[in-house]
Amino acid sequence: MTTTDYRLIDSTLRDGSHAISHQYYTDDVVRIVKGLDNAGVQVIEIAHGDGIGGSSFNYGFSAVPEKELIARACEVTTNAKIACLLLPGIGLADDLREVKELGVEVARIAVHCTEADITEQHIKVAKSLGMEAIGFLMMAHMNSPEGLVEQARLLQSYGADTIYIADSAGAMTVDDVRRRVNALVENIEVPIGVHAHNNLSMAVANSIAAYEEGARNLDGTSAGLGAGAGNCPTEILAAVSTKYGIETGVDPLALMDLAEEVVRPLMPRQQVIDRAGLILGYAGVYGSFLLHAERAAERYGVPQSEILLELGRRQVVGGQEDMIIDVALELAAKHAAAETGEDSA
Amino acid sequence: MRCAILGSGNIGTDLMMKLMKGTDASGSGSTPLELVALVGIDPKSDGLARARKLGIDGPHEGPDWILEHAGEIDMVFDATSAYVHKAQAQNYEDAGIIAVDLTPAAIGPKVIAAVNLTEHLDAPNVNMVTCGGQATTPMVYAVRRAVSDLPYAEMVSTVSSRSAGPGTRQNIDEFTKTTSTALREIGGASTSKAIIILNPAEPPIMMRNTVFAGLPEGTDHDAVLESIYQMEADVQKYVPGYRLKNPPVIEEGPYDTPGGVVPHRAVVLLQVEGAGDYLPPYAGNLDIMTAAAQRIGEAIAQHRATSKAGV
Repeated sequence: MTTTDYRLIDSTLRDGSHAISHQYYTDDVVRIVKGLDNAGVQVIEIAHGDGIGGSSFNYGFSAVPEKELIARACEVTTNAKIACLLLPGIGLADDLREVKELGVEVARIAVHCTEADITEQHIKVAKSLGMEAIGFLMMAHMNSPEGLVEQARLLQSYGADTIYIADSAGAMTVDDVRRRVNALVENIEVPIGVHAHNNLSMAVANSIAAYEEGARNLDGTSAGLGAGAGNCPTEILAAVSTKYGIETGVDPLALMDLAEEVVRPLMPRQQVIDRAGLILGYAGVYGSFLLHAERAAERYGVPQSEILLELGRRQVVGGQEDMIIDVALELAAKHAAAETGEDSA
Repeated sequence: MRCAILGSGNIGTDLMMKLMKGTDASGSGSTPLELVALVGIDPKSDGLARARKLGIDGPHEGPDWILEHAGEIDMVFDATSAYVHKAQAQNYEDAGIIAVDLTPAAIGPKVIAAVNLTEHLDAPNVNMVTCGGQATTPMVYAVRRAVSDLPYAEMVSTVSSRSAGPGTRQNIDEFTKTTSTALREIGGASTSKAIIILNPAEPPIMMRNTVFAGLPEGTDHDAVLESIYQMEADVQKYVPGYRLKNPPVIEEGPYDTPGGVVPHRAVVLLQVEGAGDYLPPYAGNLDIMTAAAQRIGEAIAQHRATSKAGV
């Protein structure tokens, strides 16, 4: 294998799952894994959008049990390693044992960026199974560079081989990313990675900036398929990296073919930065709330943007999708009260 | 009945503050529980200092202290961790000490105060499930008693980061597994899932719990809602801060749950405001656990006193 300047992890089959309400079928998995593997992508992540065990009322039920999809991905891949995401509190350490049996080699243990100490059990289990363990700090815009270093030290002490920060709300500017990655690279021994979202149209720029600061793992999804306004598009990241003279080891043209011919036709809508998507980044709200908020807005007759702004004010974190219904009901009651003139406020 | 609390962290200390008030869980009578000690492992812990200030023993020799004082203690409230409880449960039983287990170890039968309070009064060890389990199982049960069949129920519990101590953090899988089991065994769901989220917002958020229940074809939705309101009133008898944050709603699906496809789901949005006995009112997760433990301990004490008197 050629040496590359950074390792590319594609999350079309995990983060992309949010954008299609977790309705992946086995054929989709086969075609996407083959496309990514042929293009030279080093790691392919697959799971429910909210990680293994995410299939639920709260996050949406998977069309096909994710372990069937994971098993198929492991059978189809030749060079790319298969990764799974797991959020402690949603998935279990026991799930890691099961997916390891299916052939998963990389476990990404994801946690809100201030709560790293709930991952100890899971990182240690992943390591004891001989998996690579990646600690994944979500909503990284909600913690300072120093705070992230502190959290990353915990992950490192549990045995994490690589540590990621995820801009889950797509809320970071280039400067936000630079300061955080710089602090991590200076203070943490294991390699650093960045997972970017595009709500502020910064995903590719932020990823390149992260590389320049020393991040050696970057995430993307084909055609940007993913939560909120989408992820860093893998094919654009590969193309831009080439322009910068950064060796990726992947073929940008093959990734463009995959995005155009396989992934775009699957998408119920293209990943654009519309008002709701932009509000996520602007208000710092977890990207996967987007479609849930759209459904609640329709059901309870309140504007989606009001729901998202209120969620931002309440500082809800990833996983609190139930609060979307809570907020929608309260807004609906407020609107009803205002209409009947009962709103004393 | 003479009792001790083992574990001087958030939960143990909060329970101590409740028992030291002298009133029972409903707040209307006096408690039959006589607290003799709060037992920890760290001599410098805040909980032990408070115990001494309140005039009870505050030793730091952990489970050993309990076993050495078996003759002076009838009941132990174990607020340590699942691992510690698993290691010691048999020792308590051998020593003739009734164990009310506040960890998710789940060795003894599970008791949810508002649902099966009187089912296991003679058991040597009863398990309190989890804070989220105490908050949500009653609502799953409330739905279950109003439907022909409850194919799937799910709970999502969000607690403030500050109120989640190291025990909860190291035991997060035990929390979800034990809670999920309670939704089936006591709540009456055929299949279930439990989710826990920690939220670091400042000021800290109140404990939030959401119950989703899959409703089969032909369900009388009004009966489901009525049953939910009734249960809210029942839990409030011992946790005054327990309330429906918004009216319960029935949402139209269909939903392809692990228990089969259902046309509707009930969504019950709960909030638990604590009594502020130890940690501030945001820590409702501690209160619902300690209030339920007190209620269960008192029920056992009264039952044993009555049985003895009858002999």
